[in-house]
Amino acid sequence: MFVELNNLLNTTPDRAEQGKLTLLCDAKTDGSFLVHHFLSFYLKANCKVCFVALFQSFSHYNIVGQKLGVNLTVARERGQLVFLEGLKSAVDVFFQTQEEPHPLQFLREANAGNLKPLFEFVREALKPVDGGEARWTYPVLLVDDLSVLLSLGVGAVAVLDFIHYCRATVCWELKGNMVILVHDSGDVEDEENDILLNGVSHQSHLILRAEGLATGFCRDVHGQLRILWRRPSQPTAQRDQSLTYQYKIQDKSVSFFAKGMSPAVL
Amino acid sequence: MLDSLLSLGGLVLLRDSVEWEGRSLLKALVKKSALCGEQVHILGCEVSEEEFREGFDSDINNRLVYHDFFRDPLNWSKTEEALPGGPLGALRAICKRTDPGPVTIALDSLSWLLLHLPCTTLCQALHAVSHQDSCPGDSSPVGKVSVLGLLHEELHGPGPVGALSSLAQTEVTLGGTKGQASAHILCRRPRQRPTDQVDPTTHLTFNLHLSKKEREARDSLILPFQFSSEKQQALLRPRPGQATSHIFYEPDAYDDLDQEDPDDDLDI
Repeated sequence: MFVELNNLLNTTPDRAEQGKLTLLCDAKTDGSFLVHHFLSFYLKANCKVCFVALFQSFSHYNIVGQKLGVNLTVARERGQLVFLEGLKSAVDVFFQTQEEPHPLQFLREANAGNLKPLFEFVREALKPVDGGEARWTYPVLLVDDLSVLLSLGVGAVAVLDFIHYCRATVCWELKGNMVILVHDSGDVEDEENDILLNGVSHQSHLILRAEGLATGFCRDVHGQLRILWRRPSQPTAQRDQSLTYQYKIQDKSVSFFAKGMSPAVL
Repeated sequence: MLDSLLSLGGLVLLRDSVEWEGRSLLKALVKKSALCGEQVHILGCEVSEEEFREGFDSDINNRLVYHDFFRDPLNWSKTEEALPGGPLGALRAICKRTDPGPVTIALDSLSWLLLHLPCTTLCQALHAVSHQDSCPGDSSPVGKVSVLGLLHEELHGPGPVGALSSLAQTEVTLGGTKGQASAHILCRRPRQRPTDQVDPTTHLTFNLHLSKKEREARDSLILPFQFSSEKQQALLRPRPGQATSHIFYEPDAYDDLDQEDPDDDLDI
């Protein structure tokens, strides 16, 4: 996890808020560093994490995770991490027996209906284990990323329903957190993606938006991060705070600075 | 401001966006209606009951009836708890109530309903609900129905938003700049009943009124090109002995009168 980002968000692994949905979105840049941040953050917070990884392989996340101080293989063996590797299990859909619906069952259907099997996989992964003492603090669902589902033929409303059900179970019932990555298509007109992005935005408590610089690629400033807090729990609290920082990604950390205050410029 | 939004009744459309959320305004209107003694029904599709009731005192909470469509709106858990008919069924059931007091229905949110139901079905249901109090021939007098609908603007195209906008009596669009929220309110005057029609001839600098004699003269005037029944009868039955029309012509010195029919050689 990136300590500077924790400072900006005013949170640490041991005193993070619960029951919140965080939306990560990226436009004209790669926002996956935020996914790696939250994965290592919640593993360090001793949470039970269910990671629906549709974009990259397990080894990719493991390699980056090791740079950030977490070992995904060990976490998976301990039972702390439930990892759905989309790239590998998509093939299993065709070679598995038909008894129980596979989480990615929609790949087999002509017109992809709903994501109920995927939701049931998540619910099963994060449900509290009866009988034993509570080993983990609270459950966390991480999805990288939701736009892949649209590309696979699922409708935007079906994906929004899946997020709704996950929110009802993970955030409300189990008092856990959710972190979702959605790409912003930006200039490309993609109605379904816009509906998905706006729909999840309205359901989120915190939106982190990584944008490429308007002026193009820069060696010292990789992009701009906009932070928007929504839905404060107390009505009288300061509402809809929005902050913007620029950042530079290094090998094992990300440094943040105010606009125009890059160390290379000063 | 809240009073003026609620006074017209009918559908109050609250349009919000990601940056300027409208649920707090919806809750403020719900609280206002509850304080006025109305019964308030909430169709909750987007947030849990606890989250919606947060911030209300117990006496307000006692007046709120929460219909839960958050936990399992699509009946994925296949339990018996699912409310039959979905949100629209619940909406119609609220309107079939027997007690005549005023009622406020809060839809949280209209966007959720619009994404899951056809636009026409939703508009018809909203029209039926908000115009219920003007329905004649009903034996029991039904009180005023106010519907508060929260709509997330970015999720829908101009067509459905325009349709809902035309159904609304009042429309509030939330926006703002740099931390300061603002609300743009648009009120549509309700259609006047014939008995309450405003007289347009008052407050003019010239006189448009007619005296009794002038009114009688105006009413008995036959317009020159109006086809009345008398004229029709006159044309159908030409009176006997009525001479055909005569033309009296006095030729002068320069006229060349030829009595022959010039069209004689035409072969029609």
